[in-house]
Amino acid sequence: MTKQEWLEQIYQRGKERPVRFTTLSDMPVQPLYTPEDVNGYDAIGYPGQFPYTRGVYESMYRGRLWTMRQFAGFGLAEETNARFRFLLSQGQDGLSTAFDMPTLMGYDADHERAMGEVGREGVSVSSIHDMARLFDQIPIAKVSTSMTVNCSASVLLAAYLVVAERQGVPWEQVNGTIQNDMLKEYIAQKEWICPPGPALRVVTDMVEFCAKKARRFHPISISGYHIREAGSTAVQELAFTIADGLCYVQAAVERGLDVDDFAPQLSFFWDLHSDFLEEIAKLRAGRRMWARLMRDRFGAKNPKSLMLRTHAQTAGVSLTAQQPMNNVVRVALQALAGVLGGVQSLHTNSMDETLALPTENAVMVALRTQQIIAEETGVTNTIDPLGGSYAIEALTDQMEAEAMEYIRKIDEMGGMLKAIDRGYPQREIAEAAFNYQRQLEQGIKTVVGVNKYSIPEEIPIETLKINRELEERQVQRVRKMKRERNSVAVREALKRVAEACRSGENLMEPICEAVRREATVGEISDIYRAEFGVYTDPGWI
Amino acid sequence: MSDKRLRILVAKPGLDGHDRGAKIIARALRDGGFEVIYTGLHQTPEMIAEAAIQEDVDAIGLSILSGAHMTLFPEVMRLLKEKGVDDVALFGGGIIPDEDAARLKSMGVKEIFTPGASTEDIVKWVRENVQPRQ
Repeated sequence: MTKQEWLEQIYQRGKERPVRFTTLSDMPVQPLYTPEDVNGYDAIGYPGQFPYTRGVYESMYRGRLWTMRQFAGFGLAEETNARFRFLLSQGQDGLSTAFDMPTLMGYDADHERAMGEVGREGVSVSSIHDMARLFDQIPIAKVSTSMTVNCSASVLLAAYLVVAERQGVPWEQVNGTIQNDMLKEYIAQKEWICPPGPALRVVTDMVEFCAKKARRFHPISISGYHIREAGSTAVQELAFTIADGLCYVQAAVERGLDVDDFAPQLSFFWDLHSDFLEEIAKLRAGRRMWARLMRDRFGAKNPKSLMLRTHAQTAGVSLTAQQPMNNVVRVALQALAGVLGGVQSLHTNSMDETLALPTENAVMVALRTQQIIAEETGVTNTIDPLGGSYAIEALTDQMEAEAMEYIRKIDEMGGMLKAIDRGYPQREIAEAAFNYQRQLEQGIKTVVGVNKYSIPEEIPIETLKINRELEERQVQRVRKMKRERNSVAVREALKRVAEACRSGENLMEPICEAVRREATVGEISDIYRAEFGVYTDPGWI
Repeated sequence: MSDKRLRILVAKPGLDGHDRGAKIIARALRDGGFEVIYTGLHQTPEMIAEAAIQEDVDAIGLSILSGAHMTLFPEVMRLLKEKGVDDVALFGGGIIPDEDAARLKSMGVKEIFTPGASTEDIVKWVRENVQPRQ
């Protein structure tokens, strides 16, 4: 019997529930998948072998589990340092730093624009002293750290390297990641200082610097998470992220770097949303696409240049303020999709994160979620357990094909930088976001506890509060530091940074020196503002 | 009955870059028949108050997901009052705990919409609660 015969003769006899059978991203899903739906099994391959559909490493989780890396940061460096050490003591094996909005946007805690925002969305880091406090009693030689920061990333990386220096750790041994993915800022996360052209120059400086001086450090975490959270479909997440990656590779190659000299240090960051099958397929399609594109477009030969290694985070946007305990379930399922999809590093959201930053209790449950998957479910006993599933392979094929359509479209526009200038990804995302909201309000999509199974009165839960006094304390601290440091030395160092902006010399060494001399995040960002100009939101709806 | 449409300013104060909701609401209000001006991101309270005057709006919707709402809402209100336009209806939404929402309402914010609120609710609220300014 063929599938068509089965559909006509057997399936049609049954009923169908009156719902749309599509993924969260509106991709139609068939009642059944069979070998007829798979593009041939050759492209699937083996783990650790081109095109890496089944996983980047030979032994995957049998060799080494994914890094459990919970994103954390709030208040001042001392508070976050305590949370870091708590998480490490609970079995987390990598750090991930959330900075506050002023730090992320290149303002010191004492800047007018920082008012009300210090320590609220993450930790306040204005200078080398804050970075040193943040890593107090944490051996940088032994723990890898990820830092989620973008337009001011150069300064934060410099600060981290200077702290490593002070701990006696050579830069070549520093293991970590800095997000530093500016293209997705203009598309989705919206943290910027200067326009895209100069921003890409700074990113490329950091790629070049790390390729030469800090080869265990990942200078970019090419991200789909924020693109997805802003409202894109899964296919758009896949396509726009990979297109961003191609743009970075192109820029570094144009800088004169050999692709195999820097590409092994590039890393990725996916969202893990609620549609289980779609997410697993997305992760597998992403690996295959990157491997093929890097080989075919850039002639990369080092296998490490072809491997899409990724961190992932469960979808913040899927969590509900209503009945927050349900979020524990959502996160568990999303995390499982990530593991079945073969991620290298994972953050699981806490159930209270629609309301506030996570409490210690909530983040512990989130961490335990990963540990239970790792230790109790058995899915780590074999590599890519869903490989060969007709549905998963068919969906992987389909997502790859649809994402490549977007990439071709972006190619025709002249690449991602040009696409961003005309607002293409931004508008696609806004459209997809609006469409989803409409479907939610029409009941076409369901969110349990929100448009179905809601309760008349919510039970309040304990949430984290950021003490307003912390802002004042940090403001005073920053002002005091500015008064007491050698301002001549700082001025000289900032002048050097400005000169490097103009001459095209790599910015990282001048910035490291400025940071050593206690120049601040805001001061160095002001150099960028002066030299490269300020980008303002085009405000497309 | 006036045939002048109500003018609504949708604004993103502070450094918060989460604009998914604000853009959806701006569009829904526009579809609902209102004149909508969206300020874009990274507006200071001063810029918002000025825009409200320039655009002669009847209401302002602030979207804040950064936790800075207890600083930014009052500052916008203070500036509106200082500039003599505190008859503009102020509402908003984002990540705002219930107790903060209650405090903001006691300070003069007309309504706070939290996660899960539908665009239908918001459009309906504006229609029923915002009057054209004299």
